[in-house]
Amino acid sequence: MEAEAAKYIGAGIACLGMGGAGIGLGNIFGSYLSGALRNPSAADGQFGRLIFGFAVTEAMGIFSLLIALLALFG
Amino acid sequence: MAADKVDPIHQFHINTIVPIHVGGYDLSFTNSALFMVVVVLLASGFLVFSTAGRALVPTRLQSISEMTYEFVASMLRDAAGNQGMRFFPFVFTIFMFVMVANLLGLFPYFFTVTSHIIVTFALSMLVILTVVFYGLAKHGLGFFKLFVPSGVPLILMPLVIAIEVISFLSRPVSLSVRLFANMLAGHITLKVFAGFVVSLGALGAVGIAGAILPLAMAVAITALELLVAALQAYVFAILTCMYLNDALHPSH
Repeated sequence: MEAEAAKYIGAGIACLGMGGAGIGLGNIFGSYLSGALRNPSAADGQFGRLIFGFAVTEAMGIFSLLIALLALFG
Repeated sequence: MAADKVDPIHQFHINTIVPIHVGGYDLSFTNSALFMVVVVLLASGFLVFSTAGRALVPTRLQSISEMTYEFVASMLRDAAGNQGMRFFPFVFTIFMFVMVANLLGLFPYFFTVTSHIIVTFALSMLVILTVVFYGLAKHGLGFFKLFVPSGVPLILMPLVIAIEVISFLSRPVSLSVRLFANMLAGHITLKVFAGFVVSLGALGAVGIAGAILPLAMAVAITALELLVAALQAYVFAILTCMYLNDALHPSH
């Protein structure tokens, strides 16, 4: 296999990690929504934590995107 | 632009406007620097202009700046307590700079300052170095209690400390890469769909009819990017608040 082709395949495989971040984000927002619908009065107070969880989980997907970008252009 | 020459990366090119070379270093005034200046002038100009009246019953513009002030102030107070309010100018400046830069970048032909890793990395290093130096100055060696959570069994301690240290070291990377990657990916997607419109439009009458679909998609993505621009500025600011909270209260 040519090195160029391996590079593109590697970048594609690295992007699979973003799927995990997608599952995690769906989990976070789904749990928030089900909790918020049970107790709507407490929902606004947890918005900051929701965003914090979103940011920390998203970081993992961003790391794999970073690896993909490094593989492509690094 | 020819239909086969659509380049979604072109928007990120840095062009020199005023070449300045000092002792082997390239300190040229580029389009990136130009847009940073525009962002700073726009943000400070708006705040100065809108609050100049100092009306007791605020006008619409004054309400906007008062709401942004209250928004950032309550965010900082919730995350870092009343002691954290000494960092209010810092957090407010970062929030306004990132948000105005993100929003300004959405205009066609405008340069997005935050889509370059070096800009966001400089911002996040500023935050992390503030945390480290302020924490060390205020608590001395007590700052390192940050890495030692209370209530952990002694046998697990080495592992937990290693994880905490790695998590702390990855903060500047994740903080900067999150903002940069979101801006980069969003703008590339936007330009790819805009490129479809151009390519289809070159095919004649049928192509122009079909180009309505990617055009509608580009409009929808622009709306999404508007949300992402504000959300990422909020995320950057709230993470700054939480990291500053670590410097103020290291034992957790």
